[in-house]
Amino acid sequence: MSIMKTLLTTAVGLGLTAGIAAADGHAKTITIATVNNGDMIRMQGYTDQFTEQTGINVEWVTLEENVLRQRVTTDITTNGGSFDIMTIGMYETPIWGANGWLVPLDDLSDEYNVGDILPAMAGGLSHDGTLYAAPFYGESSMVMYRTDLMEAAGMEMPDAPTWEFIAEAAAAMTDRDQEINGICLRGKAGWGEGGAFITAMSNSFGARWFDEDWNAQFDTEAWANTVNFFKNMMDASGPAGYATNGFNENLSLFQQGKCGMWIDATVAASFVTNPDESTVADSVGFALAPDNGLGKRSNWLWAWALAVPAGTQQEAEAKQFIEWATSTDYIELVAGNEGWANVPPGARTSLYENPEYQKVPFAQMTLDSILSADPNNSTVEPSPYVGVQFAAIPEFAGIATEVSQEFSAAYAGQQTVEQALANAQEITTEAMEAAGY
Amino acid sequence: MARAITTKQKVIWTALAWAFGLLMFFPIMWTFLTSFKTEGTAIADPPVWFFFDWTLENYTAVQERSNYPKALMNSIIIAVGSTLLGILIAVPAAWSMAFVPGKRTKDVLLWMLSTKMLPAVGVLYPLVLLAKWLGVMDSRALLIVVLMLINLPIIVWMLYTYFKEIPGEILEASRMDGASLRSEILYVLTPMALPGIASTILLNIILAWNEAFWTILLTTVDAAPLTAFIASFSAPEGLFYAKLSAASMMAIAPILIMGWFSQKQLVRGLTFGAVK
Repeated sequence: MSIMKTLLTTAVGLGLTAGIAAADGHAKTITIATVNNGDMIRMQGYTDQFTEQTGINVEWVTLEENVLRQRVTTDITTNGGSFDIMTIGMYETPIWGANGWLVPLDDLSDEYNVGDILPAMAGGLSHDGTLYAAPFYGESSMVMYRTDLMEAAGMEMPDAPTWEFIAEAAAAMTDRDQEINGICLRGKAGWGEGGAFITAMSNSFGARWFDEDWNAQFDTEAWANTVNFFKNMMDASGPAGYATNGFNENLSLFQQGKCGMWIDATVAASFVTNPDESTVADSVGFALAPDNGLGKRSNWLWAWALAVPAGTQQEAEAKQFIEWATSTDYIELVAGNEGWANVPPGARTSLYENPEYQKVPFAQMTLDSILSADPNNSTVEPSPYVGVQFAAIPEFAGIATEVSQEFSAAYAGQQTVEQALANAQEITTEAMEAAGY
Repeated sequence: MARAITTKQKVIWTALAWAFGLLMFFPIMWTFLTSFKTEGTAIADPPVWFFFDWTLENYTAVQERSNYPKALMNSIIIAVGSTLLGILIAVPAAWSMAFVPGKRTKDVLLWMLSTKMLPAVGVLYPLVLLAKWLGVMDSRALLIVVLMLINLPIIVWMLYTYFKEIPGEILEASRMDGASLRSEILYVLTPMALPGIASTILLNIILAWNEAFWTILLTTVDAAPLTAFIASFSAPEGLFYAKLSAASMMAIAPILIMGWFSQKQLVRGLTFGAVK
């Protein structure tokens, strides 16, 4: 009896101690999962200021993009509660929001000014008109080109070029002896790598992933034109091994002066114009992503955004952090310390109205690119999906990864474009039927 | 009678061994060199080999951004803990299979190995749900158990192979002298199989140290080991190769040093019983 008594007393004592400790005003800690992108890492550096202002500690879990997707998907689908904030993109947000996995961001403060978020970004991060993630930075894609090489080729880049012009300019700028490739583009397999590029490009060729009844469309002339044009241009003017080049490989080539043009994410503009990193920083021009005169350009729309998973126990603190990190005050904090070229771009309208930011060489073209992408109406012919370089359905990532592998094999010469398209059609049809579409 | 080896053959074999060794070592050397370059020099084409301005800025940046000592400590505890726990279970298992085999021992051994062929992702959700239910997500205890289970078939197999080399008569003699089962395993079998047990421990520490699927997916902050530490420096948009290299060097240095000092033991254990 006395043993039982002792045990009970000890247990009660321990419980009381734990309770007192918990109620002892210990600072709260939120855990944030994020990607290792420059803007995100910069934000981590300023976290102390948030803690000073609010008393909330922040723990960061930084992971590579694909690992992060797997990690946060596992957590959110099991209601794991490991994270209080997740960095997710435009693809996941509407799907997860629809599933009830995210906390709606419909009660942010008036000072935060939700109306200042660029409409394209707010639209892509919402489901049924409810915002589920706040954009930390947004991007589209555009043409980055070497002004000196363009001039040497006797050509002038228009603000809104066509694909025909791009192919001509690429051929004219290519100088194999000097190891200069007229154009560098993503050919690497992966739905977020080469898959994203070719999908955005296909929009300007009048192609689409699905018709209005969710039937795969890779057997259309528009897709054949897209992939053949890409391959022919890259074979003639692209770098060797372009089938395995993604963002980082092309960034490296461009910064080393080995690309005449590069069509990719607008965030790359700050890298290629940074004299500490780029050997061609002083001779870079910008233009809108090309079109084919069909009313749609080939630029995408993407945002890395902060969302609160439904399983969090610290919703209020998480929202407080999101308001801080995606606010105009944060932008001014970064601008004050590191210059306007280094602030997170593409999220807020007021940034582009700021006279100081307007002096940044790529600011206006970034805004124009973002504004010209419409995720709700991205294709020439009507399509049933939301998204520019993706279709916001859960099955897309898996299907598009396989399809992009087929395309990469065609770029590498392992199969013909026709074979790749036939395989893509079969893969997509089977997967969509299996998914019950 | 041993075949005489000519000087010419010696030179050829030595050169081949060196070439192969350097080829194996090249990625580590390249990572080492890159870790001392600036990000600009790291992507230079043609590559810069030795003549560049060596800098420690990447190591400083990695230290500032991450909690390396914590990740290192987690790696040590998880790798050593899972291996020792595995040994504790595997020694009796391997003893019974080697010295008192049943009709199905071979089948059991093969079945154990076949579990290694199951794609890890296949049990991801059940394991996460179980860990969540038990309240052990992001804990070193969870990873110690999970990595022990993953490596247990290899530990059992290795120990079984070593134990098979030991004559059963010696154990029988100890039993006749009145040794209990515990004494037989502890004082007779273990000293004789020590090289094998040591190399099994070393190899499994390396396997556990390098495991990057479960250690990333089951941790967040508290139990995140060096694999998660490296993963945090891989960037899809941005060239951070020099920092990634510095992080990689910091992550592999302890296991590299351990491997270096214990290579004789490791090779001796791995080749134990290979030549009859």
